[in-house]
Amino acid sequence: MDAILLQVLNGLDKGGAYALIALGLTLAFGTLGIVNFAHGALFMLGAFCAVALNKLLTLEKVTLDPTQKTPWGAPLEIRTPYVEAWLGDFGKFLVDWSVPISILVVVPVMLLIGIAMERGLIRHFYKRPHADQILVTFGLAIVLQEIVKHFFGANPIPVPAPAIFAGSADVGALFGLPPNTIVYPWWRLIYFLFALVVIGIVFAFLQLTTFGMVVRAGMRDRETVGLLGINIERRFTIVFGIAAIVAGLAGAMYTPVLPPNYHIGMDFLVLSFVVVVVGGMGSLGGAVLAGFLLGILQSFASMNEVKAIIPGIDQIIIYLVAVVILLTRPRGLMGRKGVMED
Amino acid sequence: MSEKKLIVNRRQIIRGAAGGAALAVPILHYIKDAHAEEYCNMPKGKEVVLGFNVPQTGPYADEGADELRAFKLAVKHLNGEGDGGMLNTFKPSSLKGNGILGKKVTFVTGDTQTKSDAARASAKRMIEKDKAIMISGGSSSGVAIAVQSLCQDAGVIFMAGLTHSNDTTGKDKRRHGFRHFFNAYMSGAALGPVLAKAYGKDRRAYHITADYTWGWTQEESMKKFTEKEGWQTVKTVRVPLGAGDYSQYLTPVLSSGADVLILNLYGKDMVNALTQAVQFGMRDKVVNGKNFEIVVPLFSRLMAQGAGEAIKGIYGSVNWNWQLQDEATKAFVKSFGQEYGFPPSMAAHTCYVQTILYANACEMAGTFSPAGVIPALEGFKFDGLGNGPTEYRAADHQCFKDVLVVKGNEKPTSKFDLLSVVELTPRSKVEYDPKIFGGELGPINTKPC
Repeated sequence: MDAILLQVLNGLDKGGAYALIALGLTLAFGTLGIVNFAHGALFMLGAFCAVALNKLLTLEKVTLDPTQKTPWGAPLEIRTPYVEAWLGDFGKFLVDWSVPISILVVVPVMLLIGIAMERGLIRHFYKRPHADQILVTFGLAIVLQEIVKHFFGANPIPVPAPAIFAGSADVGALFGLPPNTIVYPWWRLIYFLFALVVIGIVFAFLQLTTFGMVVRAGMRDRETVGLLGINIERRFTIVFGIAAIVAGLAGAMYTPVLPPNYHIGMDFLVLSFVVVVVGGMGSLGGAVLAGFLLGILQSFASMNEVKAIIPGIDQIIIYLVAVVILLTRPRGLMGRKGVMED
Repeated sequence: MSEKKLIVNRRQIIRGAAGGAALAVPILHYIKDAHAEEYCNMPKGKEVVLGFNVPQTGPYADEGADELRAFKLAVKHLNGEGDGGMLNTFKPSSLKGNGILGKKVTFVTGDTQTKSDAARASAKRMIEKDKAIMISGGSSSGVAIAVQSLCQDAGVIFMAGLTHSNDTTGKDKRRHGFRHFFNAYMSGAALGPVLAKAYGKDRRAYHITADYTWGWTQEESMKKFTEKEGWQTVKTVRVPLGAGDYSQYLTPVLSSGADVLILNLYGKDMVNALTQAVQFGMRDKVVNGKNFEIVVPLFSRLMAQGAGEAIKGIYGSVNWNWQLQDEATKAFVKSFGQEYGFPPSMAAHTCYVQTILYANACEMAGTFSPAGVIPALEGFKFDGLGNGPTEYRAADHQCFKDVLVVKGNEKPTSKFDLLSVVELTPRSKVEYDPKIFGGELGPINTKPC
């Protein structure tokens, strides 16, 4: 029981990342019809927003203490982050909470990047074949990766979670199990909850607002919405910006789980495309469902008992499930008729 | 039509002869040198080129950066610049502080990317284009073995940097390759008794192992020496290099019945796995009525720095530590600290030592030729380089010396004071018969490249 619950938890945080990336991909595809291979790079850019903020907040003031010497005879360097020197305890709080605070940076930065990407490049490829779209967005992803590599180097950069979330939660106690039977890192639980909140906000925005209603109508029949005098193109641009924000938030909050490097987006992108296909092209609900489902399945496949029966199953389970689902339900779990079928 | 007569006087003959001689000398010199290459990349000018091939990207990049710092410092000291570092304590020394055999030492660098193919390409470029006479570096045994083999074929010397697999000087040893660093067998032999004493003989161990030559031999050695002490091995799991997120490998440990986790991982992989193991509450768990423990067989100060709090109280082994109190260590730490502002890692130490040992062997042999340098290094006994009395065993080109067992410092006094030495295992306890790992050194290769 405890092993099963642990694998479910393990799958939920990974599934959260898959679901968020797949949600953004589906938004861009469903509205603009764009197969965006640069979406992983947006996840990476979000992660590096968190890295950049952390670096900025930890810029250090160096003072020399001549009364203390290092083993090599130099005066001891006392390093204090500027924000701590200027703001005292509040400065320490800012440094400690740099990852959650980075959300405030990620939202405007990613919105601008998303809009710039759509207006500057992607809109020129709306009427081009999907192969052209894949090539140009893939090229863009490589360019963005190289820019980040130039400024931040090629190595993963660790960014810690706030100290209060550094330990683990006794999840087993919630299910009446003895203490410390199932413990799970606090930050991974928070990431899962964060993913749920973001997904909820996106769905609420699309379902409960007039803007969302127009976008949904546009996704169904762009031409008719246009004939009603609504500038659907502008709304779609904003939707692309929202997709970029979702990917960026997913990346920023994932930094304490996995130290990001310039390639992190590409590692998630391939799996996220599988998630989109399994969920059903253009289906937001399908993307979220498939994200969590595949995350949990991957986690179960990594159990020793499972690997003892089928060695290496943890590496291929996602692709195996994708094949089975596409054979039995060619439109994916919640795919709509007519999407990507022309 | 007038007829011109060729009139040659004595002055013109002398002038012509002088001009011809002036032209002929460099040509003859060039022809002589062209034919005089007796071995690959024989230095001809006033400089000798060394090739430093280290990981500047990838999971071992921190170690690579520190290795490069040490190489640069060694070159500086060999050329008679700076305070001389361990050149002042090394004995017996033939070094004169004027380069190597009177030639100024220069160097070229490469990025192995912690990948064998990239490392081989980089080493090949250094040998063929930059004319490097010796290649050094490593930080991954897969890389070191690949480059060592390349150097054997090319006929240049390979002075391995940080490589800990038994295979480097075991089944994959080469005549042109030399390793100062200790190996997985020595770590296991030193750690086994210490772990049994600290955690008892009734323990069940779970191994998470990097899936390449170093991980395999580290796991094999740790299994051998912990089982010798009465421990059981519950499970061994192989993970790819640079996995990043270890949650899928760590969660099965919790339900396996194991009460010890042995992380046969290194560099950033170890930092990530250890940090995540602590996040999963492993250090607070009680299994089989005992506290759950984590062991990191190959430690380093750089890794300890990356892992932060997670490293406290964890056992491991190191090749060298900057806090040792011998004169050589003090000299090296002073020199390195003054240059870079922080103490050297063990990766830096072994690379510095290897450069010095190579230079000294050339001076002893009076030549850069592998035919002279290799016999000078084989069986060479030395002291004053931070590890106490050390010997380059001729049978497998492995250095033998005492091994340090360390523990993550519970109460560090500075951000560098992270490891405390708990035992100095004498050389006799970690020495083994070279035949147990097989392999052949092969011949000395002196063919020109």
